[in-house]
Amino acid sequence: MTLTLAAIGYRYAGSGEPALLDVDLELRGGEVIGLVGASESGKTTLCLVASGLAPRAIGGLLRGRIAIDGEDVDSWPMHRLSQHVGIGFQSPATQLSQVTATVFEEVAFGPVNFALPRDEVAARTWDALSTVGITDLAERDPRRLSGGQQQLLAIAGLLALGPAHLVLDEPTAQLDPEGTRLVTDALARLAEGGTAILVAEQKTDVLAALASRIAVLDHGRLVMAGPSDEVLGDRRLTELGVTPPAVVRLRQAAAAAGIGAGLLAEALIDA
Amino acid sequence: MVLGGLVGPSVLLAVAVIAPALAAGVLRDLARTSALLALPIAASALLVNVFFFPGGQTELLRVGPIVATAEGLAFAIEILARIMAISGAVTLFYLTTRPADLVVDLERRGISPRVAFVANASVQTVPAMVERASQITDAQRARGLDTEGGLWKRLSGIVPIVGPVILGSIAEVEERTLALEARGFTRPGRRTLLWAPTDRAWEAVLRWALVIALFGLVVLRVTGMFP
Repeated sequence: MTLTLAAIGYRYAGSGEPALLDVDLELRGGEVIGLVGASESGKTTLCLVASGLAPRAIGGLLRGRIAIDGEDVDSWPMHRLSQHVGIGFQSPATQLSQVTATVFEEVAFGPVNFALPRDEVAARTWDALSTVGITDLAERDPRRLSGGQQQLLAIAGLLALGPAHLVLDEPTAQLDPEGTRLVTDALARLAEGGTAILVAEQKTDVLAALASRIAVLDHGRLVMAGPSDEVLGDRRLTELGVTPPAVVRLRQAAAAAGIGAGLLAEALIDA
Repeated sequence: MVLGGLVGPSVLLAVAVIAPALAAGVLRDLARTSALLALPIAASALLVNVFFFPGGQTELLRVGPIVATAEGLAFAIEILARIMAISGAVTLFYLTTRPADLVVDLERRGISPRVAFVANASVQTVPAMVERASQITDAQRARGLDTEGGLWKRLSGIVPIVGPVILGSIAEVEERTLALEARGFTRPGRRTLLWAPTDRAWEAVLRWALVIALFGLVVLRVTGMFP
């Protein structure tokens, strides 16, 4: 299962400037790609384009080619695409349908829209709940959950449609450390299970633990892409408006102060 | 129409409102809520009719140029009986019907899933807005906004609360729409119905009986056989 973005350019309706220019990206099964960049660098836009919401739901002008396993998705309506690519957003609460009384019904909302038989809706819902680890919340009121739990619920709601790819736009931005850990763990498990994940994230510490590759956006262009360690350790990251992970910053500070890697490791163990 | 005189509304109130409310165990709530609901219109109907009933002869009380008449009082009581029957029926419906049940049942009977969603979402929005308002009230209080005290102070405190409540909801609309779109909401066609409200045979019979009774009462009333 591969999601391919080739030579993607995108311009919002009514905007003179393109928001994305010449972006190439390939997302394969089981892989987590971290998307970083300063604010306004095009992370959200790339998420919207990769999921198909741009231009299908929000208009605008798209260039280039998006394909799933080699098949061009250009003519696919949103509801067909959403069975292959799921998209999640920052705010946990706004992603909920607001018309359901229980977590179970909330997750079932997607399959229900596809008029699947009742048994299959239930099977998919239980499956999605157990994948993100919130089976025990099934009977709870979605509005009464913590932010982290709501974000897991939103992800389960996407998974119930059976997508092979997930696109997540800063899923931990509004979460506390505990919520961030819940979501990060769930994403790691999903990737292990073969789901391909593209995750835009400011918290590079989260990405250091989660992503196998990192792509850096700057003014709508993909300026750096490669293995996670390499990109997150790159000194140009700060100039591009991205804060490197704490480990990298510590290593860089130590090196600048003339402390060798061996000494630093010892000092850390002592600490 | 159906509700004429005093006997008609009273019988309807007893048979179609109070008896079912007793059966459902909501009589106390029903009495309180329907009385509150009817209060403004009942009070004005009482005042206007007791004191200004045209053609009132029997004087009960005189306050300066204004005269309360027995005929006015009798008419006001008739009106009150009607108002209580109507507000009782509305309250009974509200107290005994979960919005989700109603929407699911309407969807089962063929209304469009989008209409059902809008109906459901409108009902569910109320508690969400109340919660948002209370959060914003707390936030504004923390910044020194006075929401207690005199009437003027309270009124001037409304703007910094209502503004964010409404603007916040509008700002969320786009993300909310996209999230729905991403879950197949715009897919045309029918939806799976996860459950159906229990509907026993005798309930269906009762519903039809009520419809027939309504027509029957209208006929009786028009022909003058029902008070």
